[in-house]
Amino acid sequence: MKTFSKGGVHPAENKIAANAPIEVMPIPKKAFIPVGQHLGAPAKPVVQKGDTVKVGTLLAKGESFISAHIHSSVSGKIEKIDHWMDTSGYKRQMIIVGVEGDEWEESIDRTPEIVREITLSKPEIIARIKESGIVGLGGATFPTHVKLMIPDGKKCDVLLINGVECEPYLTSDHRVMLERGEEMLIGVSILMKALDTNKAMVGIENNKPDAIAHLTSLAAEFSGITIHPLQIKYPQGAEKQLIKALINREVPSGKLPIEVGAVVNNSGTALAVYEAVQKNKPLFERVVTVTGKSLAKPANLLTRIGTPIGELLEKAGGLPENSGKIISGGPMMGKALTQTDIPVSKGTSGILVLPEEDSTRPETLTCIRCAKCVQACPMGLMPYHIALLAAHQKWEETEKSHVMDCIECGSCQFVCPSARPLLDYMRVGKQTVGLIIRNRGKK
Amino acid sequence: MSILKVSGSPHIHGDQSVSKIMLGVNIALLPAVLVSLYFFGLGALKVLVIAIASCVLFEYLIQKYLIKGENTTGDFSALLTGVLLALNVPSGLPWYMVIIGALVAIGMGKMSFGGIGKNIFNPALVGRVFLLISFPVQMTTWPKAMVSRSSLFFNGIDQSLLDSVTGPTPLGQLAEHGVIAQPDYISYLMGSMGGSLGEISAIALLIGGLFMLFRKIITWEIPLAFLGSAALLSGIFWLIDPSSYADPLFHLLTGGMLLGAIFMATDMVTSPMSRAGQIVFGIGGGVLTILIRIWGAYPEGVSFAILIMNAFVPLIDKAFKPKLFGEVVKNG
Repeated sequence: MKTFSKGGVHPAENKIAANAPIEVMPIPKKAFIPVGQHLGAPAKPVVQKGDTVKVGTLLAKGESFISAHIHSSVSGKIEKIDHWMDTSGYKRQMIIVGVEGDEWEESIDRTPEIVREITLSKPEIIARIKESGIVGLGGATFPTHVKLMIPDGKKCDVLLINGVECEPYLTSDHRVMLERGEEMLIGVSILMKALDTNKAMVGIENNKPDAIAHLTSLAAEFSGITIHPLQIKYPQGAEKQLIKALINREVPSGKLPIEVGAVVNNSGTALAVYEAVQKNKPLFERVVTVTGKSLAKPANLLTRIGTPIGELLEKAGGLPENSGKIISGGPMMGKALTQTDIPVSKGTSGILVLPEEDSTRPETLTCIRCAKCVQACPMGLMPYHIALLAAHQKWEETEKSHVMDCIECGSCQFVCPSARPLLDYMRVGKQTVGLIIRNRGKK
Repeated sequence: MSILKVSGSPHIHGDQSVSKIMLGVNIALLPAVLVSLYFFGLGALKVLVIAIASCVLFEYLIQKYLIKGENTTGDFSALLTGVLLALNVPSGLPWYMVIIGALVAIGMGKMSFGGIGKNIFNPALVGRVFLLISFPVQMTTWPKAMVSRSSLFFNGIDQSLLDSVTGPTPLGQLAEHGVIAQPDYISYLMGSMGGSLGEISAIALLIGGLFMLFRKIITWEIPLAFLGSAALLSGIFWLIDPSSYADPLFHLLTGGMLLGAIFMATDMVTSPMSRAGQIVFGIGGGVLTILIRIWGAYPEGVSFAILIMNAFVPLIDKAFKPKLFGEVVKNG
């Protein structure tokens, strides 16, 4: 069975919400909708305080090249446009909507029929994806329409769909593939048309045999789509690692997947593309896994963007007394949150609660040069060395040791027997070196 | 609910820890320890107990009174140095020499650099080589297996007893009398040959090595490169002239070859970080061992070979880095 070749680790999977079917999360009383939910420039608000909006109404426009539109996830009145904390931990501009009823834009097709025939042309598909504010739902939130615009001279010969979900605990992609498989595969066909390719490969880790079996049987009716079980290994869901695992091509350092003729999209994104193109539904809701060993009812919740995570936790049985950490995303790459009134955004794949006893790091000891970080790094870096250079602020050498290739997967820190904060230092290194490189460009 | 904790990812940690690794190596050495107790009896027990107790005690004292740092004896690394030191000396070694060896191993080999993780040379080998150079007679007086089990413990090395309870090691015989006509490979495998405590049984050492590979405490690169290059080089000499050079199997099974390649060269702290570096390090160790055995003044060369290669580790780390994912080949 295929996997990527270099490095990787095997954290305990803990997919405790894997058997919980997708439930519809109740609409919040108030929605906090950030204007920057994607990689790139934040969108500019096109509504004002007091405006009445419906579900699917455009709230903010992504104007620069890498940006995405933001739509209302609820109907009601705009209470204010203010700064509010988002999952990044910073206060960012948000449009706060007081909810009244649940009235959708008439243009959205709310019928349950699955529309298989793709009538839109390639440019129309890309335009619709842009209008609908679709971004990568795996967590990186890169605007999808930008990914679909292949630069001159390049050709996409294969579309790769990421159904790996290698982060422990998270199960939202798994549930989407199981319950919305057909729509997702239509989404894949739409993406294939937009990319002018007749080949798509869906990679799924072998811990989801039900999803593999289900999609394999469905894929028989779709031309060009094949399903590929992958050996379980973290971080297989990272773009470059998935490309290596599925088609054995290595994206050159500092380059994008299109360099090797591939475009990668998440399975959840494919479903959003289906809904946008076939049902004219903008991206205003997503499946969020709410999980943790201490939660009474771990769940996969179809949630309107802007719902405070506290409401999701209530739905999952309430936040237990002994909770120490709330994480947006998975335990390997997710962000720890400071409060429960932070809203769900397009990139929120899961909310993970860790009990107090699992919330502190083990004591840091001296490096014993065991080389486990070197063996674990999927990018072929020497994390112990980069961390040392960054700690001593040797930025020139930090840059030369390829710190910018670090994908922040956390494998090095996960395996370190001395529990050294390797990734903390690597992040500092990346940030500082990135700034130095940008300043160099300006001169 | 208490206040939420915030930290950078990853939020989970694997189950490896320094003390688990060190304990693992100690467990891997258990077969060799048991074999030494079986063949050398109370003499082996005495050396083991003194070496372990003094290594742990010296680390504790130096940490407490000289470095004034936190007590590190709980990580089992001082215990490991003690076990390895004991396994690297003959079972008849006087007790005070064992203590001196432990002081040099821990004090000079480890703590003078700042303790665990900071040392350049393998501490147990620093202790052993110090003893070998300082007390060449006692360090090369090899009690015979079985017959020495209790007599040495009660009488010490007494001139009258010397011939009946001590004997040469296979490598000593090789250096002094040339190639052994019919090497007793079975005894080399099982452990009844003469030698230091821990180097006598190839099988016990191989079991320990497999355990460490299985538990991912070590990787295959260093032991395989070490043993492979030693076998290859000794094989070339043997093919040229089998009457004056021993065969590769003899070299692999005798002396400290297996103990060194599996347990000493693989010491994490004093070996290179990248796979390529580890292979280079292993080859260097294997080649140097054979060269010393053939041309050196000492019949055995594993300790020197590993210590010499230890000194090259910073250079090897600089020269051999792991291959970058998606490395761009630069033209011109």
